[in-house]
Amino acid sequence: MKIGTVHNRDSFLENISSRLGRDTIETTVAQPQWSSSPQNRVLENATKEELITVLEKQCQVIHTDFVRVKQENKLLETLNQVIESYGGGPIITWDDPRFEQHGLSSLFERNDTSMWNPSIDDKNITLAEQANIGITFSDITLAESGTVVLFSGAKKATTVSLLPTNYIALIPVTSIVPRMTQATTIIHNKIQDGTVLSSCINFITGPSNSADIEMKLIVGVHGPIKTAYILF
Amino acid sequence: MAIKIGEGPFNQRVEKGLNNPVMRGAVSSAQERFQQRKANAMEELGNWEEWRSLGEEIRQHTLEHLDFYLNQLSENVTKRGGHVFFAATAEDANHYIRDVVQSKNGKKVVKSKSMVTEEISLNSCLEKAGCEVIETDLGEYILQVDDHDPPSHIVAPALHKNKEQIRDVFKEKLNYTKSEMPEELALHARELLRKEFLSADIGITGCNFAVAESGSITLVTNEGNARLVTSLPKTQITVMGMERIVPTFEELDILVSLLTRSAVGQKLTSYVTALTRPRMEDEVDGPEEFHLVIIDNGRSSILGTDFQSVLQCIRCAACINVCPVYRHVGGHSYGSIYPGPIGAVLTPLLEGYEDHKELPYASTLCAACSEACPVKIPLHDLLHKHRQVIVEREGKAPVSEKLIMKAFGFGTSSSTLYQMGSKFAPMAMKPFVGENQSISKGPGPLKSWTDSRDFPAPDQERFRDWMKSRAKGGHMDENRYRS
Repeated sequence: MKIGTVHNRDSFLENISSRLGRDTIETTVAQPQWSSSPQNRVLENATKEELITVLEKQCQVIHTDFVRVKQENKLLETLNQVIESYGGGPIITWDDPRFEQHGLSSLFERNDTSMWNPSIDDKNITLAEQANIGITFSDITLAESGTVVLFSGAKKATTVSLLPTNYIALIPVTSIVPRMTQATTIIHNKIQDGTVLSSCINFITGPSNSADIEMKLIVGVHGPIKTAYILF
Repeated sequence: MAIKIGEGPFNQRVEKGLNNPVMRGAVSSAQERFQQRKANAMEELGNWEEWRSLGEEIRQHTLEHLDFYLNQLSENVTKRGGHVFFAATAEDANHYIRDVVQSKNGKKVVKSKSMVTEEISLNSCLEKAGCEVIETDLGEYILQVDDHDPPSHIVAPALHKNKEQIRDVFKEKLNYTKSEMPEELALHARELLRKEFLSADIGITGCNFAVAESGSITLVTNEGNARLVTSLPKTQITVMGMERIVPTFEELDILVSLLTRSAVGQKLTSYVTALTRPRMEDEVDGPEEFHLVIIDNGRSSILGTDFQSVLQCIRCAACINVCPVYRHVGGHSYGSIYPGPIGAVLTPLLEGYEDHKELPYASTLCAACSEACPVKIPLHDLLHKHRQVIVEREGKAPVSEKLIMKAFGFGTSSSTLYQMGSKFAPMAMKPFVGENQSISKGPGPLKSWTDSRDFPAPDQERFRDWMKSRAKGGHMDENRYRS
């Protein structure tokens, strides 16, 4: 990869160093040990079922439809029901092996479903923009806030969860953790291990919204207007 | 737009705010909503004080080692193919950004909400260079469409307007034909702005937190516009105040949790987006080119001073939402894009006292701001410190205060005059005393106070008489001077 340029760094940082009473720019700072860690105690001993209950309850706060599929063979049926309730296609999805793994291949037999395809370049954007529904899996799910965490990739484009009018997140039960802390620890560990980080990591909590007019909540602004989580 | 907004002296701006019932109604109801939401979010956590202390500790540490973390950030951004420009001044930043836009032959720029680009007047620089610059955050879009009305709140910039006013602006400027329902207004903006996102050449964002360990930029938003700004245009430019940085993703967790709860009472906003590099091979969305502009513009001169803690600010506006003065006078009275207690501390530091010496006095020092701050900035202490500097070093106390002090000095220098004055007070004030035994519209020097707060009515019995009478065992109401 081409290395980027940097301008004016030395003079800028030397000024800061001198304001902070140092002659030179600090070259090492030990990883700080914080005096407390309240974040680790949130839902610390909650069971998976308890986390699911927290997630479900939070979905009401964030204006998100929540559906739980108890038998895996019902996932397709449930997904189709949610698709219909949102008015059907056009649909756009990630190109993700998990669709097949979880018995959802027939989704792609519909003639109004498109899968993100890097080889058609910008046409993907047009498809996503025209789609009524975008569907992705959740990579990590945060119970406390009702958040799905999406790691982008060439086949896992960020705009699939953004441009369509409605968004459906498929949430494996195994992806649920208590809160943001567990997700940021995973990301931090990836960085420490030298794993290539996704260009874009999205923490998505329900549909887009705004309170800019008289502090009154409007659900659905620039991103999706409705959002559903399907837990399986 | 620059930091300074509005015309006329402070007193006139305040007067204008006080005589704007629409704004005052909008602000007070918004403050109540903000406060209620924040209270719920704090209660859910249970140990808010512990979270605040941790937030403070992280921010203090980061500022103490800011040179190290900014260096690390720039290394990590460039390693992943992004460009970094360190801008000592607003002018440096604007010129660099303008040059990047021109090198891309950029004509249309879409922006997501960013206070720092307001601070440096980026829009006018780009407009002068022939670009169309479109604000896409709903609140900022409303203000831009309304002939660049300045923001009055750092989280909800159009807080001073009601929905009827917004409807009228949309009707006049955007061919809007529907009602004043916020949903319909927002849908109209969505439809118009979607076209702009899809056709823009350049996307410009602010930055809530940069993450030093990975060179990531994090945006904390609700509307989805920042995601569109960073995924559709081919070139992305992010502008950050140099203090908006955390060491690692682990600290990001804490500060985002504090920010979303304090700003809007949400556990997390709809979108927290961490952007780490330009698009990789085979990626179709995200920018092809990424520039990070890190801005000093007066911040470094705050480091190493008594005011350093103001740089801990994470721009949540919790202090603004609890401030009784802001509630009455509104954001525009402060004459700065940074209003409320944080603005009253920060603005004179960034811009000097000359134009802003009244701001540290736009406070009752009630300390509600300091208690609300999620990273424990001692805001009311800093306001007090400003007053000391203004009086001791700069000799620039506001005229009204000088007059009061002069009169007080004159009145208290002679015991006869003092006795007369304090005896006369209850009578003189009688016409101003309301039903609840307080003064809400005071005369002369008292006016500045009572415009924004009630003043207790002078007691019929002077303190000195009360003491005398108490010593004689005559008057036993011990509590009357305690409240």
